[in-house]
Amino acid sequence: PRGANVRVLAVVLLIVVGGAVGLRHASELQRVCRFNNGFGRGDTESLSLGCSGENCVISLGQSCNLGLFLLWHILHFIVTFWYFALRIANALESCLISSGLLKKYKALCSGKIQCLAIVMDSKDADQTSKVIELLQWLGALGVKYVCLYDTEGVLKKSKEAITGSGRFSHAKSSEEAAKTDPLLDQEIITVEFASFSDGKAAVVKAANLLFVKYYLGGEQEEPILSESHVAEALEAIGCGGPDPDLLLVYGPGRCHLGFPAWRIRYTEIV
Amino acid sequence: MDKGSTSHETQRFGSFGSFFRRCILSILSIAPIPNHIAFIMDGNRRYCKKKNLMEGAGHRVGFSALMAMLRYCYELGVKCVTVYAFSIDNFKRRPEEVQSLMELMQEKIEGLIKEESIVNHYGIRVYFIGNLKLMSKPVRLAAEKAMVATASNSRAVLSICIAYTSTDEIVHAVQESCQEKWDEIRELNASGAGYGLIELDGNRREQGEHYIGVADVEKHMYMAVAPDPDIIIRASGETRLSNFLLWQSSYCLLYSPFVLWPEIGFQHLVWAVLEFQRNYFYLKEKKKS
Repeated sequence: PRGANVRVLAVVLLIVVGGAVGLRHASELQRVCRFNNGFGRGDTESLSLGCSGENCVISLGQSCNLGLFLLWHILHFIVTFWYFALRIANALESCLISSGLLKKYKALCSGKIQCLAIVMDSKDADQTSKVIELLQWLGALGVKYVCLYDTEGVLKKSKEAITGSGRFSHAKSSEEAAKTDPLLDQEIITVEFASFSDGKAAVVKAANLLFVKYYLGGEQEEPILSESHVAEALEAIGCGGPDPDLLLVYGPGRCHLGFPAWRIRYTEIV
Repeated sequence: MDKGSTSHETQRFGSFGSFFRRCILSILSIAPIPNHIAFIMDGNRRYCKKKNLMEGAGHRVGFSALMAMLRYCYELGVKCVTVYAFSIDNFKRRPEEVQSLMELMQEKIEGLIKEESIVNHYGIRVYFIGNLKLMSKPVRLAAEKAMVATASNSRAVLSICIAYTSTDEIVHAVQESCQEKWDEIRELNASGAGYGLIELDGNRREQGEHYIGVADVEKHMYMAVAPDPDIIIRASGETRLSNFLLWQSSYCLLYSPFVLWPEIGFQHLVWAVLEFQRNYFYLKEKKKS
């Protein structure tokens, strides 16, 4: 009877896990199914987006196509299952860390991180309270300079709300960031806000500045521009913040979504 | 007799392997395949130490790993592949190491142009991306020769980044676009159509009007020969981009498997493509907005 109980428990657990992963996979199926209407090779524009969710209209040209389709779903199911397991493991680890059981996280030397950058989806950036919470956690860890980035500039709009709500100071320029009062140093985090226009568009503005300075206004016939010229020009237009040591990406895929390219040369992107 | 049977076995294993690969690739082709994959070939020296090989041998094994990955990519149908072979920062390494790397590169570049190489098999056009003036003369000549020899190929593109850093590329593009604009203005002035454009420029300067646009800078990038990458795969598990394709990787998935470059295999490419397919619509929406 005891053995039978264990077996029943194992089967139930398997069904629950399988169900959870299956649901997750189904929600992704809704996304990926859109281009499966013709089993064409990568040419999604020509495939009609005529199916939604479970009611995928599959044109059964050949039965082997259906076989490939199923195998493809199996492959993706494996990936989904892997990420599901990873999330559970991470959640367990987070619980252990917050309860203080894991010794190695107790002395987190965050003095090493001079500047931390965060990239988030613009939809998530709307939840200002969550952003403030995140900043408070970072403050507790001892991070002094945070650069918040989202593509559309939603964070820039909620600048006042975020910096007003706690011991955060807004970095208007690098000089101001350096002037933080050493007495209050422990508590103030300097927060910088960036958006897509601080990336490529900023470099183009710097290019125009350099053009005006060295080509139109300069005496030399053929000025040679170097990295320091570009860096100076970027500082002059106000996009010359410090290079982040660590960049945290909050989103489904690990992608920096247009964070200013000049600054992430050697940044660890997680 | 033994040798014959083992080589027969390896042949059968090899053909089974390629059949298996073709099956997986046909399954993956159901969904969009990335158009452009970039590789950062990191971990050759660590592999060398790990396997106690001679110095420099790690890079040779790395090269065969590269050839294998290229074959898988082109079989999958990826149109463009970019490879980070040598960074401007790598010049700071020991001179003997740099020299041996240069010699290896020259040898392999010359090998690429041969008839039976992978380049002609898949119809690949080869580009050498970077500040080639920093390379030694024999390597530069070999690279230019290879670019000319493969100029007529059009089925796929291989970009090999040597003496490349993204910041250097940006500076070069800015310089080139400034130069182009300057030449344009001079021509207008010379042909008299300027009507004192220089005086007008004083006003424009105050208004901060744009002479150079994003398109101008992008067209002068070294990487203008290929579209933006869809996946950047960095071997050895490091999460940095190390000054590689910073401008072009705005909507590109970054994947860092925990494997040294000489040990990278088909399974890592498959995983990268599956991840790309999972995030395809998310990144597409981001690109549009």
